[in-house]
Amino acid sequence: MNLLEGVRLALRALTTNKLRSALTMLGIIIGVGAVITLMSVGEGVQSYITAQFEAIGTNLFFLVPGSFQEELRRPAFITTRDAEAIADPAQAPSVLHVAPVVQGSASVTTPGRDRGVTVTGVTPEYALARDWQTQLGQFVTATDNQSRARVAVLGASTASYFFPDRPDPTGEVIRVNGSPFRVIGVLSERGGSSFQNEDDVVMIPLNTALSRVFPRRTTTGEPSLTIVYVQAVSEERMDAAIEEVSLILRQRHRIGLDEPDDFTAISQSDIIGTFQQITGVLTVFLGAIAGISLLVGGIGIMNIMLVSVTERTREIGLRKAVGARKRDILWQFLTEAVMLSTFGGAAGILLGAAGASAISYFLRDDGFSAVFTVEAVALATLFSAAVGLFFGIYPAQRAAALNPIDALRYE
Amino acid sequence: MANSNTVIWVQDLHKIYKMGENEVHALRGVSLGVQRGEILALMGPSGSGKSTLMNILGCLDQPTWGTYVLGGRDVSRMDDDELAMARNGLVGFVFQSFNLLPRTTALDNVMLPLVYAGTTGRERRRRAAEVLEAVGLADRLHHTPNELSGGQQQRVAIARALVNQPSIILADEPTGNLDSKSGREVMAILQRLNRETGITIVLVTHDPRISHYAQRVISLFDGKIIKAEAIAEPIDAANELTLPEGVAV
Repeated sequence: MNLLEGVRLALRALTTNKLRSALTMLGIIIGVGAVITLMSVGEGVQSYITAQFEAIGTNLFFLVPGSFQEELRRPAFITTRDAEAIADPAQAPSVLHVAPVVQGSASVTTPGRDRGVTVTGVTPEYALARDWQTQLGQFVTATDNQSRARVAVLGASTASYFFPDRPDPTGEVIRVNGSPFRVIGVLSERGGSSFQNEDDVVMIPLNTALSRVFPRRTTTGEPSLTIVYVQAVSEERMDAAIEEVSLILRQRHRIGLDEPDDFTAISQSDIIGTFQQITGVLTVFLGAIAGISLLVGGIGIMNIMLVSVTERTREIGLRKAVGARKRDILWQFLTEAVMLSTFGGAAGILLGAAGASAISYFLRDDGFSAVFTVEAVALATLFSAAVGLFFGIYPAQRAAALNPIDALRYE
Repeated sequence: MANSNTVIWVQDLHKIYKMGENEVHALRGVSLGVQRGEILALMGPSGSGKSTLMNILGCLDQPTWGTYVLGGRDVSRMDDDELAMARNGLVGFVFQSFNLLPRTTALDNVMLPLVYAGTTGRERRRRAAEVLEAVGLADRLHHTPNELSGGQQQRVAIARALVNQPSIILADEPTGNLDSKSGREVMAILQRLNRETGITIVLVTHDPRISHYAQRVISLFDGKIIKAEAIAEPIDAANELTLPEGVAV
């Protein structure tokens, strides 16, 4: 008996009991459907996050005080003088722009409106490093920074919140923690596709922020920064730039040879890598949970195949009596089990694709879309066939081992 | 005892079944030979061991000890696969309860042994149709068992036993589930096949009238042969029948 004939025979047996076959397959359909949906969504989350961070720029890294890995003996700071040293092209030739930033939440008021907003103290380099443009007015200038001018640039959504009736709020006054600031510009819209709304921000000159809004000082009384954005001259020279910057900071902070850094350089690829690790684990975890339902589906197949072997004992006896060998019977029942599981798997893939598309559809406004991977389909197909084989082998062996005389006598 | 015309040769056959603690000695040293072209009836009350002997002759079961040579081959030394091949090609088995696959046409039922013989699809169809015609069911090829009478079902079963051209047909109470007319029809077909093709037929019956269609009757009791007699003039089943139209005998 060849393969095609075996398949035809199995098809006939499965269609004799359509409802039962369909119900048996349902377990596999749900299992495979869940695996496909969850894996597609997982992949989608991963590529969504990657896209988010890639928007930051591939030649940019951040410096933050402190260490994520090591316990530090002294409190860690990055000062404005550190930032100036990094910006020196003689010491750090691979560095293009350095944007020291102090950031925090402050209460912003206009007549009739009052809200906590992220206030960022910036230098003109910030606009270059982070690629900010103004749609109205201008950005913070070097002069503003030197003179500690009380001027502010508003994010697009901040502007429309505090000045709903004014298409051009430049020249108006806002109060940041009580101090009046003159609005000199409005930033172009970035769009709400990021984790935090980057358009909801107030930017003021760094020195103004350090002296008036966030008067944070190091232990030696120097102004302390929240974060420093460093742009390398090119993507290729990222590693060189990080090395140069690290060397400068270690010298300036008098860190001993065997002591760990008291600052951390994070590049966009570091962040993407970390998030991909997290979402990767999440995807595997979800896949494993879905895999359990596939397992349950497999047990359903085994159950039905055992029932089927018992019901068809006489048929098995007869087939053996007219010359079927053990392996003929084994193959017959194994083919049925594998066909149940692969048909279920195919239907499950369709269901999973539908599920993934549905989730993409509901989240389309957030720019999310599930990624339907060939790997997931291949994995589900292989896995469901394997489930059929694994759970089909025992009932098939039982059938093959039947003694023809007893089987023929079975009522 | 064995010669070139002996198709079945059985020597000192024993069969012991274990039923829990008890041992049932179903056959206690049976020896017999069946000649080519013979119709042999095995008689005996239930429990006499005739079905056990039949199962062993049909390669469905193996003796506990003793020798069984079928067509020159020692069945008692065959492994599982060889037994399956013997059942497939050397003997054709006809059961009391027909044992046809339900919801399966007469043609497909008859083709079943050919499936396991590895015959190609077209050849299967041709040969199955041929033997069905030989048992008078040319117009019933596509009927399923529940659309056929008992006699017709048993004729399908005979066709199935014949389809691989075995040299022996083993029939275990072939008329046991049939009314007397259908039973005679079945016997008439077996006799005609024997006459026309020289096929050897061994049948088991507990009905003395059926045994008179055979040329030799062997009686079993308690697992032993107690009597063997030749029938001088076997009854011709065809003569007893006023055959309905369309049944070619």
